[in-house]
Amino acid sequence: MNVEAAPARAFAADDGVAPGGLLMDVRNVSLSFGGVKAVTDISFDVRKGEIRAIIGPNGAGKTSMLNVINGFYTPQKGTIVFRGHERRSMKPHHAVRQGIARTFQNVALFKGMSTLDNIMAGRSVLMNRNLIWQMLWHGPALAEEIEHREKVEEIIDFLEIEHIRRTPVGKLPYGLQKRVELGRALAMEPSLLLLDEPMAGMNLEEKEDMSRFIIEVNRQRGTTIALIEHDMGVVMDLSDRVVVLDYGKKIADGTPDAVKSDRHVIDAYLGVAH
Amino acid sequence: MLYRTVGQFKTSYAADHALFPVRQDAWLLGVILVFAFVIFPFTASEFAFKALLIPVLIYSLAALGLNILTGYAGQLSLGTGAFMGVGAYACYKLISIFPELNPIAAIFLSGFFSAAIGVAFGLPSLRIKGFYLAIATLAAQFFLVWLFEKWAWLYNYNSSGAIQVPTVSSFGVPVFGPNALSIVQYYVVLCIVTVITIAAINITRGRIGRIWKAVRDMDIAAELVGINLMKAKLSAFAVSSYIVGVAGALFVFLWRGAAEPVVFDIPLSFRVLFIAIIGGLGSILGNFLGAILIVALPVLLGTVPAALGLPISSAMVEHLNTMIIGALIIMFLIVEPHGLARFWEIIREKLIMWPFPH
Repeated sequence: MNVEAAPARAFAADDGVAPGGLLMDVRNVSLSFGGVKAVTDISFDVRKGEIRAIIGPNGAGKTSMLNVINGFYTPQKGTIVFRGHERRSMKPHHAVRQGIARTFQNVALFKGMSTLDNIMAGRSVLMNRNLIWQMLWHGPALAEEIEHREKVEEIIDFLEIEHIRRTPVGKLPYGLQKRVELGRALAMEPSLLLLDEPMAGMNLEEKEDMSRFIIEVNRQRGTTIALIEHDMGVVMDLSDRVVVLDYGKKIADGTPDAVKSDRHVIDAYLGVAH
Repeated sequence: MLYRTVGQFKTSYAADHALFPVRQDAWLLGVILVFAFVIFPFTASEFAFKALLIPVLIYSLAALGLNILTGYAGQLSLGTGAFMGVGAYACYKLISIFPELNPIAAIFLSGFFSAAIGVAFGLPSLRIKGFYLAIATLAAQFFLVWLFEKWAWLYNYNSSGAIQVPTVSSFGVPVFGPNALSIVQYYVVLCIVTVITIAAINITRGRIGRIWKAVRDMDIAAELVGINLMKAKLSAFAVSSYIVGVAGALFVFLWRGAAEPVVFDIPLSFRVLFIAIIGGLGSILGNFLGAILIVALPVLLGTVPAALGLPISSAMVEHLNTMIIGALIIMFLIVEPHGLARFWEIIREKLIMWPFPH
């Protein structure tokens, strides 16, 4: 696929933030479950249009951090500023309305539904015909359905999953399920896309495909991406900036090259004699 | 004319969203509708109306209501019988308070009462799910049946404690009560069931149906794609209870003619649940197939052996019926959890390939 030749489609919702501007600012967030401190006093920012990686050893608090960002957990301390609005707690479906979409570490698709329906479900927030119109079907409800179907087909084309449109996702292999999940997140037209280990358990070829999709989403659609990933090669190649967590604390933040040579990061990954 | 998809191309998304992707399906449905609207009414005997046609349609509708809640939105309910009762009592009160009200309007209105009660008893679903929710709906079942018994206002302080259907006419034609003709009642039931079924098909294939299925398949993920779980679950309870309530009103007013509170007790809930399971959870067609099986089986057992000269007592018929239905339910749960509707799907898939399976 020729990336350069493809027209730039304005998929990301207009979020009122100039490219390179501050899209999200996480300020001094702390989260604990009883006595267990999952995340301690973490601050970092995400700029519009970048790919931001969050890395760290197992149990470092990366997924907890994503859960705070999309409103699934409420932090005890600290706030999150997203598109200029400051907040601490919110319902996940409000986060979606503000433009935050995510994928999961363990695939969380609607298993009984087809690929098409899964991605269409991602557009539920953007559809609003009420029950009465739905009952009549012909008319506004059908028009809305078709309008969104066209958008969904663009995503299906983009992710090269045309052949599994009608297949129930429960029957798909893992790699394709991951792709469908990315499609569902894209269908929400997010301004910030959170990817929780998009390449976990994939073989090299699938990883290459997924990397390509992530870069294309970022470049063609201008979607800002925050991703968690364990494959260091992928992280260093894809991301513009990296934040490193260990035991719930931030130990480094910067460009991939700077992070790679950071003393604390090397210690955290390789272990150090205390 | 072979059952084929060959040559049927879709050139627009509207065509792709059509109800019958295969043209032959539409013809088949047309034939069934001709039978239902024309051939059955003019050939059926009084017995066939009362024992087969009308109950099949009413039970199908009740199962459809339950299926929306359990099969589409994934919220298990054991309170169907009680919600049918709410519809029936609401209809009774409506026609006693407003004697001028058109009976068909009364039936459609009575659904709103059961919808409201259904939403109230659906509130626990926001906190609990699965078997625990089933127990909570069981509370609705026991509470409402108790209420039907104790609250004398509901049955107009009748000494018998039962509701007795009076004769009510629509445009001079008796629809309710002993003076109504079976064929009239059949047409009323058929039209109401057809309208509600079409509406249900449209809801379940659009945005709201997708939201329900998303909640059923994984509620956490549904919330994280922006679905408001509270709205999704309560709307499922409302729509489901509305349909169940209308079925309950039909059940008493166009079929049985009278009802005591005990009619709406838990065996009715189970009967409807069995129809939904045997027919297929998460399918509209399944409700009709399940209802045909459950209603027709005892009729067949009662008439076929007698016609063949086998002497079977009526008690025996009942026992056989229970045994066969029990065995069928176990079989479906093991062999084909998606029920009769799934069998039809398999037949269709095979038929499209037939006779060249490769």
